Order: sequence, then C-alpha cells, then structure tokens
Amino acid sequence: MALLDIKGVTRRFGEFTAVDNVSLSVEAGEFFTLLGPSGCGKTTLLRMIAGFDLPDAGSVLLDGEDLAHRPPEARPVRTVFQSYALFPHMTVEGNVAFPLQMAKVPPRDRPQRIAAALEDVRLTGYDKRFPHELSGGQKQRVAVARALVTHPAVLLLDEPLAALDAKLREELQIELINLQKEVGIAFVYVTHDQTEALALSHRIAVMNHGRVEQLDVPSRIYGFPNSRFVADFIGQCNLYSGQVVARDGTIVAIDVPSLGPVRVATRSEPALGSSGTIALRPEQIRIAAGAPADAPGNHYRGTVADLLYMGDVTVYKVETSGGSRIEALLANSQGGGAKFFEVGDQVEMSWPVDAGHFIAG
Amino acid sequence: MVSGPPLAFLLVFFAAPTLIMVLASFRSPGEFGGLAPLVDASGRIDLNVDGYARLVTEPVFAQVFVKSAGYAALTTLVCLLLGYPLATLIARSAKKHRDLLLLLVILPFWSNFLIRIYAWMIILGPNAALARLVNRALAAFGADPVPLLFSAFAVLVCLVYVSLPFMVLPLYANLEKHDRTLLDAAQDLGANAWQRFWRITFPLSLPGVYAGAALVFIPALGVFAIPDILGGPDDTLIGNLIKQQFLETRDWPFGSVLSIVLTAAALALAGGATWVARRSGGASRA
Repeated sequence: MALLDIKGVTRRFGEFTAVDNVSLSVEAGEFFTLLGPSGCGKTTLLRMIAGFDLPDAGSVLLDGEDLAHRPPEARPVRTVFQSYALFPHMTVEGNVAFPLQMAKVPPRDRPQRIAAALEDVRLTGYDKRFPHELSGGQKQRVAVARALVTHPAVLLLDEPLAALDAKLREELQIELINLQKEVGIAFVYVTHDQTEALALSHRIAVMNHGRVEQLDVPSRIYGFPNSRFVADFIGQCNLYSGQVVARDGTIVAIDVPSLGPVRVATRSEPALGSSGTIALRPEQIRIAAGAPADAPGNHYRGTVADLLYMGDVTVYKVETSGGSRIEALLANSQGGGAKFFEVGDQVEMSWPVDAGHFIAG
Repeated sequence: MVSGPPLAFLLVFFAAPTLIMVLASFRSPGEFGGLAPLVDASGRIDLNVDGYARLVTEPVFAQVFVKSAGYAALTTLVCLLLGYPLATLIARSAKKHRDLLLLLVILPFWSNFLIRIYAWMIILGPNAALARLVNRALAAFGADPVPLLFSAFAVLVCLVYVSLPFMVLPLYANLEKHDRTLLDAAQDLGANAWQRFWRITFPLSLPGVYAGAALVFIPALGVFAIPDILGGPDDTLIGNLIKQQFLETRDWPFGSVLSIVLTAAALALAGGATWVARRSGGASRA
C-alpha cells in the first residue's frame, strides 16, 4: 500500500474542471513532483492533500485512511508555501516552535527539536532573528524547518524556490535533495519548472488541463514522452507529425510533409496509414558542414536560419529545402570554437533511427 | 522631524494655546471672572501656584480624574470588544462591499454631535420602548424599576456610540492588510480557529488596537457634553469640571490647571501608546 493515495479526485470551480479524475500514489520516502503549466491543477491538487480544498469526487488516502473529514490542522501533512508565510511577529525560533506548541510537545523537548530542525536546514544560530532580517533563501529554509519539525508523514512544497534567483535556486535544489534523503519524509513538490522537476524528483506526474498526462521517472519523461504535450513541455523538442508509410521490424518510416520520410525505431507497432509524431531532442541531432562518412538513419541538408549563442552551447535553427525547421544543439566545448556556423551557412543534419521517439496519434 | 507648514500649524494651534493656558494657570482669578491683571496695583507680578496646591489638597479632583479615566477605560474596552468583530467582518468582506460598510461606520458623523446625544435621550427616555422592556423584565423578577436616562449607563452607552468609529477605522486599516496565507500556514501547522486568532491575527493587529484605543480613550477622558446631557449628578467628569471652572465658577486659573493636567495625561498616554506600538510593530515589519 502506498503512503499517499489519490483516487479518482475531481475538483470543479463552476464550469471549470481544475482537477479531472486524477489517480496517483506516492510511496514513503519518495520525492514526487507535480509538474505542469499554470492552471493545470497541480496547486489545487496540493491544496486538497493539505485539506484547504475538498474534492468534488474521489478521495485522498493517507496510510489507507480517507482524509475527507480531517481539517487541515488535523492532517499529518505540512505545507511549505510559495511565499513562505513565516509569522512576521515571531523569531525563527518562535516560528519553528509554533507547530510543536500546537502539537502539545512538552516544553522541555522543544529546544532540542528546534535545534535539530534548524541544523537540518543549516540555519543554526539564527534562532533569534526575525523574518524581515533574513534573506529569501534563509526564509525558505525556515519555512522548511518549521514544516519538518513535527516529522509529518508527507511534506507538501508549493513552488518553494520560484521567488529565488537562479544561482540560489540551484544551491537550494541540491540542499532539498540531500535534506529529503536525510529525513526520509515523502515530498510532494509542485512546480512549473521542468528542469527543477527533472533535477529533484524520483518520479514526476506531468499535468495538463487537470489530468495527469504522464507519470514516470525523470529520464523516461524526458526521453520517452508519451504525448506531444509532454514532449513539448519538457525541454526543447523537434516534433514532426505524419503518416506511417512503412514498417520494417522495429523501424517505421513516417512521411512528414515538408521533410519527407523520417525513420525511427519504436517498440510499439503502429498500423500502416496511422498517424504519429516523432519527438527529437536538439542535442540528438548531428550537425556538420558536409555529409558525414557514416551517414546514419536520417539526414537532411539545410541553411542556418537563426542561431542562439548561449555560451556553453549554441542552438541552430536550420531550415530545410522543404521549409521544415530543425532545431539542433551543439556544445561549444567541441574544438574549442565559439560558434561553428553562421546564419546562412549550408549544413548537413543527421540522426540515427534510435534517436527519435515515436508518439502514436 | 516636523518642519515647515506642519511646524507652523503645531505652533499656532497647539503650542501657543498651551503656553497661554500654562501662563493662566499661575495667575489669579479676576474679581468678576477672567484673570486678574498680571501686574497688580502695588506693582508686583502676580504669579502663584494656588491652583496646583488645590489639586493636591482637595482629594475630590483626583477622584474625578480617576473616575474619568475609569469611564474612558471602560468605553475603550467596550469599543474594542464591539469594534474588533466589526472591523474583522469589514476587512474580510468582498472588496466591492467594503466601501459601503465603511461608509455606514462613518455615516453618523454626518449629523451634529449634540443632536446625536439628544437622540439618545429619546432612545433611553422613560417612555421609550427600551426602558419599558427593561423595567418589565425587572418587574418580572420582582425588582424595582430603574431609570436608564441620567445615569452612568446612559453616559457609557453614548460614549461607546460616538467613539466606536474611531476604534473600527484604525483596526480595519490594520486587519485589511493581513496576509491570509499566514492563517493558512498556522492552520497547516496544527492551529485551530481560536489559536489562529490568538497567536497570529491578534498580535499582528496590535498596532491597530493601540491606535484605536488612543483615539477612543483620549477624547473620552475629556468629554463633557455627554455627561452634561445624559448623566446623573454622580456623573461629573473632568471635562465637566473644567467647563464649570470657565463658565460657571469663572475661575479661569484653576480651569487652566485642570486642563493642563488633562493635556499632560493625554500626551503621556498617546506617547506611551506610540512607544508600545512601535516596539511591537518593529517585529511585524516584514
């Protein structure tokens, strides 16, 4: 039995269905992420786990117990709010002590619990500070310490790093991973940032329009998206749709208008004439000045139409003679050059048949 | 610091009158009221501390001060108990309704202060429904009928009535700014409704409570019209005493002494409230 079970949960606001028949389960000790664009229902789902909102249908079970009749204050789950929601009139110590007082933890046990929680988030010595005396990252850590000090069954995090700058965010991501490993409490993490989801999670549920589009480990979400939406939402992706025109064992050829037949390996067995989409990551495409000697599965000629120099990598947008655009990415460490091609250069692009991922439909 | 026009305003409307009053408090009363000449017939400058001495030697004045402070404190407490739920209700109601509700709070200001006090004479009068209802209830328990009008009760009811907006407005201004997420967080951390109020909402509203208390207490301390019109013989407050000195007894110097003590007490209280509010407010700056 899973620790947290979401069974057929639906939540409607008037005509709008925020969460549409979602079922998923979170295991003990798991770092689970709800990922999706704003309005996809991830925050509504989180609020229903916390108890701030109730499902119109379905149930939320913790350790097999239906939480429907438990108000938020009686649920053994804690939330880290996006705005941290630290109590401004209490010190760091007062904030972390608050849930212990509410849980009637004996006063003599509190100092030790508070010290341990602050040590977990590396804030030892900040006890007497007020929230307005802390930086954004420190506030975030206090919010986490406050939520963890009572050892909840599940910790819910609502975009806890969204308000921080990129560098600090990366630092705190690493800290969150380590903290989660250390305390062993299941985390349910809500974010719209796909890189954050990929970096942090054991498993990710990608949500769209109130539904779970795909639920899997990060590498499979990235490498084997099961829908156009997931492929497009997670990272950069070339998406080519067309009809299946040939099949030879595990390799199918798809006739993409403006590009011609593209061959891709797939374990699914799509019928001839059915439609499908090939999802191709920019970093999987080889881009060169001339035709490579060992030309693999697919290759096309084109002209560099746009390029984005990003320092570590350069993104080339190449237009083929058929009018199709292919986005390819080249790490600039190769050959030590800054850029390999300029806008207007003729280039050859190629990728092996097992580079792309076939999505039926 | 205060400078420019505000400083000029304070000098003209506060410092100068206060100075005149301080000076008057050391002078002698005139034969037919007013003040005796500063330089008397024999060429002596006539300044004395007789008024201040009276304040110390005759305990009745201290008693009236204490009674006035008691009325003002009770008024403040009742206003807080009535105003807090009202301010909370307004702060939590939909944005489009708030302006209307606030308008209703200040609506009584549109009619004259004295007229509103006289209205209470009618409401509390012996032939009004309220008095009849109360006395019928008392009679049912075998108790003697009581007059509602010309009593401490009437004075307090009217004091609360005229003061309530001064409690509600600063409280509303404070409560309206509260971040709802803090209450969600408190609830998430295990706090029930009472604990959320007592540990989060109330401490964060203290600057509003102090401001409201000062705005109610200080005017209530010096009030004279309400006890004059609605009070009984025992409801003479410091404001009435001051008024008597100037208009009836015509002892301006002693009236000035009482006024100065009242002003000093009010200033000390306002200063104290500001100091406390700043200390507790320091922590709620976020």
